[in-house]
Amino acid sequence: MVFRKTKYLSLAILVVFLFSLAGCASGGDVEKKTDIILATTTSTQDSGLLDELLPVFEEQSGYKVKTIAVGTGAALTMGEKGEADVLLVHAPADEKKLVDAGIGINYQLVMHNDFVIIGPANDPAGIKGTATAAEALKKIAETGSLFVSRGDDSGTHKMEKKLWTAAGVTPEVGSSYQETGQGMGQTLTVAEQNKGYTLTDRATYLAQKKNLTLEIMVEGEKSLLNIYHVMQVNPEKFSEDIATKMNPEGAKAFVEFMVDDETQEIISQFGVDKYGEPLFYADAGKNEADLGK
Amino acid sequence: MELIWDGLVKAFEILINLDPEVIEVCWLTLKVSGTATLISVLIGVPLGCLLALGRFPGRTFLVSLANFGMGLPPVVVGLWVSIFLWRSGPFGNLGIIYTPAAMIIAQAIIASPLVVSFTLAAVQQISPRLRLHLLALGANRRQLLWSLIKEARLGLLAAVMAGFGGVISEVGASQMVGGNIKGETRVLTTATVMEVSKGNFDIAIALSVILLILAYGITALLTSLQQRRSNYE
Repeated sequence: MVFRKTKYLSLAILVVFLFSLAGCASGGDVEKKTDIILATTTSTQDSGLLDELLPVFEEQSGYKVKTIAVGTGAALTMGEKGEADVLLVHAPADEKKLVDAGIGINYQLVMHNDFVIIGPANDPAGIKGTATAAEALKKIAETGSLFVSRGDDSGTHKMEKKLWTAAGVTPEVGSSYQETGQGMGQTLTVAEQNKGYTLTDRATYLAQKKNLTLEIMVEGEKSLLNIYHVMQVNPEKFSEDIATKMNPEGAKAFVEFMVDDETQEIISQFGVDKYGEPLFYADAGKNEADLGK
Repeated sequence: MELIWDGLVKAFEILINLDPEVIEVCWLTLKVSGTATLISVLIGVPLGCLLALGRFPGRTFLVSLANFGMGLPPVVVGLWVSIFLWRSGPFGNLGIIYTPAAMIIAQAIIASPLVVSFTLAAVQQISPRLRLHLLALGANRRQLLWSLIKEARLGLLAAVMAGFGGVISEVGASQMVGGNIKGETRVLTTATVMEVSKGNFDIAIALSVILLILAYGITALLTSLQQRRSNYE
């Protein structure tokens, strides 16, 4: 029957097509070892820092970096499953689990910036200038003022939860506590539109300031430090199937690049011409306990 | 209003300056969605014809699957395709996760049910009398099928436009299987979401305007093909 012939013909064309696509996309079952998969967070990508650093790295090393910007939870899981070669994230408590398990190796401090609590200019909860973030959150809860949370298990969200615990408050989702489940940019937009308080990293706040009427209420406390580390994913912890697809040499080159003097200089200057202040403080080689002093 | 105006101005600027990054993103958008639509047409039209004209057990069930496929959430397709293409997945060896090939596969899966369903409806709608007339005039199987396809032209082109429209506007699956990598898998939709995330609303609006222009251009072309009056009308 002619109907069967057209069906088989189109199936045959499809199969040939797919194989040719797969063929031209990579060398078959041996991934080009010039590619490195970097799992990082949306806020790191949104800051624009990687757009500045990666071309330098790629030219120097000859590797091509595939930046996958996802939520912190997803980035760490990608590391746990061997789907990424190197991680650049900022959730030290969770990173520790990976390092302790031997999955994260060559764990290096790269840089930090800080979190700030921002809110509407009229400050309904009266928290402006409060000494500690925990105290400020307590006041927000007591006055029933709106707080907008990322609610997405990101580094920022984990920091927020830590602060609520320090404040002795368990926020319940409702009209005065909203979870957006999204990235910092979108969460800031929601906070702006609904005139609520929120916790944000300073870099994203500066980058979005032009869209916001919200102001910084609380800043500068040591507990508000946002610390970035880079680490390689250890191929030895995975099955041969996955390990052969990883690129540990490329990952090592990337880690070394992030902590070398030239790169650290670029990091410490990033944002100065646009915002009048740097978005990050370069920290390679320092002791983490010394940060923020 | 100012926001919208800023966006339109930015769109104009980008187009006039032929910003190379945006050109690259546009070109990739057309390549990926175009290829995906082509694949979905190659699978979908014959399948749709088969379902419309054939009579076999399980036919209604397959039709219901095609109709169900139209409502399949693209994000779900993206998730499942990712699972298959990850290093830990059954097709991890292909090494195509985070490449345009992966995006084409996901988009083809999203578009195919649309093409099948529209083709099915278009061909099934043809009067059975026409079939008999054509056979009576001495048409062989190939001529018969080709005449029926020409007769169903309106619906078939609607099928192509539905498939194309469905994938050029798609963002969830493209983000998941492609990764929105600059210069490699960044398309207009994923770039727009990223610019919104960065707070660059003017660029986001500009990109959305460009996407609308592109989508309209292709659709207008296909519409003229669809609405072209044949010699006999």
